[in-house]
Amino acid sequence: MEKSSVQHKTGFWEVVKSLLSGLQLTWRHFRNADKRRAPVPVMDESYFKQPEGLVTLTYPYEAIPVPENGRYRLHNEIDDCIVCDLCAKICPVNCITIESVKATEEIGMTSDGTKKRLYAPVFDIDMAKCCYCGLCTTVCPTDCLTMTPVYDFAEVDIKNMIYHFTDLTPEQAEEKKQLLAKQQEEMAAAKSAALAARKQQ
Amino acid sequence: MLAFLLTLMLLLGIVIVLAYAERKVAAFMQDRMGPTEAGPYGSLQSVLDVLKLLQKEDIVPAAADKKLFKLAPILIFAAVFAGFAVIPFTPDLIPAGIGIGVFYLLAIISLDVVGLLMAGWGSNNKYAMLGAMRSVAQIVSYEIPAGLAILSVVMICQSLDFQEISYQQGILLNRFPGLEFEKNWLFGIEALGINTTNIGGITTWNIFRAPLLLVAFVIYFIASLAESNRAPFDIPEAESELVAGFHVEYSGFRFAILFLAEYSMMVLVSLVAVILFLGSWNTPLPNLTALKLANWTTGTVGELSGVLWGGFWLLSKTFVLLFLQLQIRWTYPRLRVDQLMYLCWKVLTPVALGIVLLAGIWRLLMV
Ligand code: SF4
Ligand code: SF4
Repeated sequence: MEKSSVQHKTGFWEVVKSLLSGLQLTWRHFRNADKRRAPVPVMDESYFKQPEGLVTLTYPYEAIPVPENGRYRLHNEIDDCIVCDLCAKICPVNCITIESVKATEEIGMTSDGTKKRLYAPVFDIDMAKCCYCGLCTTVCPTDCLTMTPVYDFAEVDIKNMIYHFTDLTPEQAEEKKQLLAKQQEEMAAAKSAALAARKQQ
Repeated sequence: MLAFLLTLMLLLGIVIVLAYAERKVAAFMQDRMGPTEAGPYGSLQSVLDVLKLLQKEDIVPAAADKKLFKLAPILIFAAVFAGFAVIPFTPDLIPAGIGIGVFYLLAIISLDVVGLLMAGWGSNNKYAMLGAMRSVAQIVSYEIPAGLAILSVVMICQSLDFQEISYQQGILLNRFPGLEFEKNWLFGIEALGINTTNIGGITTWNIFRAPLLLVAFVIYFIASLAESNRAPFDIPEAESELVAGFHVEYSGFRFAILFLAEYSMMVLVSLVAVILFLGSWNTPLPNLTALKLANWTTGTVGELSGVLWGGFWLLSKTFVLLFLQLQIRWTYPRLRVDQLMYLCWKVLTPVALGIVLLAGIWRLLMV
């Protein structure tokens, strides 16, 4: 029984039959060309159950929705960022660059109630280096660093792959730095004055 | 002159449609979409391709045999295009109504081979040379079964005139000068006593008039695939081994001409197949007692209706065959050289010889 299934079929009529069945196959595909695969996400029941029709998606016009937990382009909601630098430390490829400046007073609150005490004059993520491991999003204490469903962000110039998330202009950053320096100077002055006062006693 | 221009325009139109159809059909059979961007459903794609080709630089390789290289595309296209001169498009429209049309066609198409060899040799390129040699070997050998299949039709019809052969396959039989008293019998056998002269339609097509021509038709169709270098006989152009075969060095306008010649050849062999075997410009619908389908779909000869119906049937049958050629290309794998020669010399030629013999006997039954 098993042997006969591997046996090659020969003879004129077998050849004709196999030629015709070949034509039948292409004809069937041609006839089904009016059907299209629906651009359903992979989570959908019918994703693996569309055996017929054209499989091409005309990509820029239609796209398969990505899963919710997919890992694509990062986004930082800078208003909620407390500039704790945890993300930059965990990143395996060091693609997050953060510079922080202490604020002179409390800046405000994040949406989950954490106090903000640091400015971030620089918060850059180099998407060209990023390996989309998602570690940074898991360590972020305020959940402000998230993955978006955007995956089509190719650039002509690689410099454009560095995303700047800071909300301070360079001038503002400079101002904040000077404010801090001034405050620190004042504090130092006050401290030395206090020290001098104590010495005199 | 007018016929020349009209035929050229018609041919260009058909080739552009065919090039577009080829890509769409290929795509659909492989579950792809084909061209979609240029024009509605990508329909302007082949027009744009031609425009692009015309703008390209015409490169002649430094080491090429320049005279041969430059002349070859023109010769190839001229040979194929000259074949269209004897094709009857409607009952009274034929560019050149010469009495030995079939003979002329076979002769002029053979010139194509010389052009191919010139192109391959002149390119001074190994791929081109190999492609040209394979092409010539293939075309020359497949001309034999094709010629024999055509010969059997000629024996049944007793004519070398395409127009006469066309008239014989329909209800207009008696309108052709010299055939006024001819009669068509079912299967061509007078002894059966069923007169189909006025029934027409498919019953008077050559493959029905003499059913053994059905075998001849299959032989001719296979051979014609080989003659126009179509898959599964496309070893002369095998993209995966020879890059493009004999036209690998061509660019710009000259390549466009070669491309045009290739598709014209496909159209020409399909037209010849339709004229010789599938009833030419005759309607496939027979007259059934009260329903005069054949009369209704033939129109009046000499008037516009006759021209339109004739052209419509001829072209639609041709397109069916062309579609079959495309489908075959996207269904079957390429034959090896030895398989190609085996098929030609050991299968098709002997069978075609047998058919010629039988066609002679059949003709005896017909009169
Ligand atoms: S996803 Fe991974 S690689 Fe990308 S920035 Fe976050 S930690 Fe770094
Ligand atoms: S871990 Fe979150 S809160 Fe901390 S610096 Fe990074 S993005 Fe800001």
